[in-house]
Amino acid sequence: MFTTKWLKLFGIFSILALVLAACGGAPATTQPTAAPSQPTTAPAGGGKLEIFSWWTNGGEADGLNAMFDIYKQQNPNIDIVNATVAGGAGTNAKTVLKTRLQGGQPPDSWQVHAGKELTSYVDAGQMEPLTQFFKEQGFDKVMPPKLLEQITYNGEIWSVPVNIHRSNVLWYNIKIFQENGLTPPKTIDDFFTVAETLQAKGIIPLAVGGKDKFETPHLFESVLLAVFGPEDYAKLFQPGADWNDPRVRQAAEIARRMLEYSNSDRSSLGWADAAQLVLDGKAAMTIMGDWAHGYFISKGAKVGVDYGYAAAPGTEGVFMWLSDSFGLAKGAPNPAQAKAWLALCGSREGQDAFNPKKGSIPARTDADVSLYDEYLQYSIKAFGSEQLAPSVVHGAAAPEAYMTEYGNALNVFASDLDVDAVVEALQDAAKDLK
Amino acid sequence: MRQAKTLSAHPARRVRWMHRDRAIALAMIAPSALAIAVFVYGFIGWTAYISMTDWRGLTMSTSFVGFDNYLTIFNTGRFQTNIRNLIVFTAFFLASCLVIGLLLAVLVDSRIRAEGFFRSVYIFPMALSFIVTGVVWQWLFAPGNWPNDPTGINLLFKQSGLGFLQAAWTTDTNVVPGWRIEGVRTRIGIPMAMIPVVVAAVWQMSGFVMAMYLAGLRGIPEEIKEAARVDGATEWQVFRTITLPMLQPITLSAVIILGHISLKIFDLIVTMTGGAPGNNTEVPGLYMYEITFKANKFAEGAAVAMVMLVVVALLVAPYLIYNRRTEVER
Repeated sequence: MFTTKWLKLFGIFSILALVLAACGGAPATTQPTAAPSQPTTAPAGGGKLEIFSWWTNGGEADGLNAMFDIYKQQNPNIDIVNATVAGGAGTNAKTVLKTRLQGGQPPDSWQVHAGKELTSYVDAGQMEPLTQFFKEQGFDKVMPPKLLEQITYNGEIWSVPVNIHRSNVLWYNIKIFQENGLTPPKTIDDFFTVAETLQAKGIIPLAVGGKDKFETPHLFESVLLAVFGPEDYAKLFQPGADWNDPRVRQAAEIARRMLEYSNSDRSSLGWADAAQLVLDGKAAMTIMGDWAHGYFISKGAKVGVDYGYAAAPGTEGVFMWLSDSFGLAKGAPNPAQAKAWLALCGSREGQDAFNPKKGSIPARTDADVSLYDEYLQYSIKAFGSEQLAPSVVHGAAAPEAYMTEYGNALNVFASDLDVDAVVEALQDAAKDLK
Repeated sequence: MRQAKTLSAHPARRVRWMHRDRAIALAMIAPSALAIAVFVYGFIGWTAYISMTDWRGLTMSTSFVGFDNYLTIFNTGRFQTNIRNLIVFTAFFLASCLVIGLLLAVLVDSRIRAEGFFRSVYIFPMALSFIVTGVVWQWLFAPGNWPNDPTGINLLFKQSGLGFLQAAWTTDTNVVPGWRIEGVRTRIGIPMAMIPVVVAAVWQMSGFVMAMYLAGLRGIPEEIKEAARVDGATEWQVFRTITLPMLQPITLSAVIILGHISLKIFDLIVTMTGGAPGNNTEVPGLYMYEITFKANKFAEGAAVAMVMLVVVALLVAPYLIYNRRTEVER
């Protein structure tokens, strides 16, 4: 009798554990319903190509589809498997991607921020070098040398940049500035003068979000750039960088004062909510990447009428870039098709199809400027003529382990405004610079 | 089996018959037992092993570093903050759910009209996913540019002339009392931003506790209460000395069920605050996700997972032991 009791107990436990396991497995439903990748290359003229990205809505998806259309024209018999996972900045997508890579089932090509973010994939031996491919396609001639230098790691180029976004942009409400006789601030000091005037009028000077967890880190990279200048700024993210530099504290002090001029409900707003405050005339300015331009347009606002743009205070003449790119998986199931895709990604035709829809500028210097709107034309010009600096928050300047620590330091700072603590946390984080 | 005993003449045959019975039983549970052994316990073991390696980055590393990762995470201010938040959340969540659940159960049990309706109303929130609850309460508790241009609950307060009740809610950065202790890298106290999160969680789960208590209340024989009343006990005395003690097993079950939900909470906090402001509402579940999948520190992520497992085990194991003992006694 005793043994049956044990068996019963064991049976109940087994069922319970299965139920628990089933519950635990629930997040798996968010995985893309990608067909299992084929180990062998399909014969020429047929087969498929699997692309992994997190572009699922609005202009992003339109741009991607425009590229798919061209690809299908060029390669009529190839099936494109678009393994997207929704979610801003790819947070969810990267989780799924990393799981697939660990499991040895890579997609042919996946979206990754160009620059240091992809070094973790390179170090893990999951990507093929593309330096030779760049030469064959002539990409090395049409992309700015400074950009190529910044996306080179271990002497090789690893991904094809599809677009360029600018991080250090100040967006402002034109009506508020006109009514108060203000001009967009060029320097940090200007910023505080303008902010003081606006504060006295009861307008929030600077709208800052926090819910997406990158807004304050984003603001701070512009401040760092303003305080350090492009050369010293870039050095901050090299291995062994000196974060004991007194200018770090100076930047933190500036950021603290900026945050004191911002809305107090930062942590409950996303970056788009902050941009909306500017559009609604509740706040005067926000410092955000130029995807805010896409957001404003989607809300029916007109550039030059409802909102204006300028370089973030103190960063004029410097273009802080970030770039989405596609790489080639090591052991890609369909390498030939993947290379055809990468050739399209880097081509003028592909970039001019993608970028006007996505609201970004091409990584090539020979694009057809007439396809782009007023802001993007300004941005193309700036990208071609200004100094370049890589964005840290958006993966261009530093590896992911560092980005996480840097981001957390600044998010805590956004809450407690403790300059000593953030300087110490940033010094700690520098250990993750590799 | 008793039948088998009386029917079979030879003891040897009886033994074989028993064996076949057992063999069938084993065959029936083998698939699930095997699946669990691999996919639950196997992977727990695997996680424990990973947590003692120096796996950072996407390349797996198996060099053994002992408890280094545990020391690392326990020394970071962020994880200490997470533990503080988890304790605060669990304490407030459990206490509020039990008190409110019991109160609702007693009210619903008091022979009111439309009892079924109220029962459903209170239980209904439990049917929702924590994700939905989190999103909705995030909107409600978003303070806006208060006190002049508020949103959510603050707007309700302002419109109804209760403007003085407006607060920063989920954006409140205060920790009360916020003591600093040498060697502890976080402020000790109650992070005020956690209160709205507790409210949302209690809103969702107190109905469930009510249902449990209601079942318990219905299980108490009326005769015992009557006997006490005949002996001159007041209603309060009846409640305190008869009802409450007899509900004790229910309370224990409720604590176990709510406790393990609370210690593993993830979805509600992700959607409601994402851990903000600062890390004032972040819990180990979020931290584990972030350092594993964003920072690629797989070993440290595994260490956080093991800490969570141990914490939940500390809660659940005594209950299982107690349960087994009572079952064997029976």
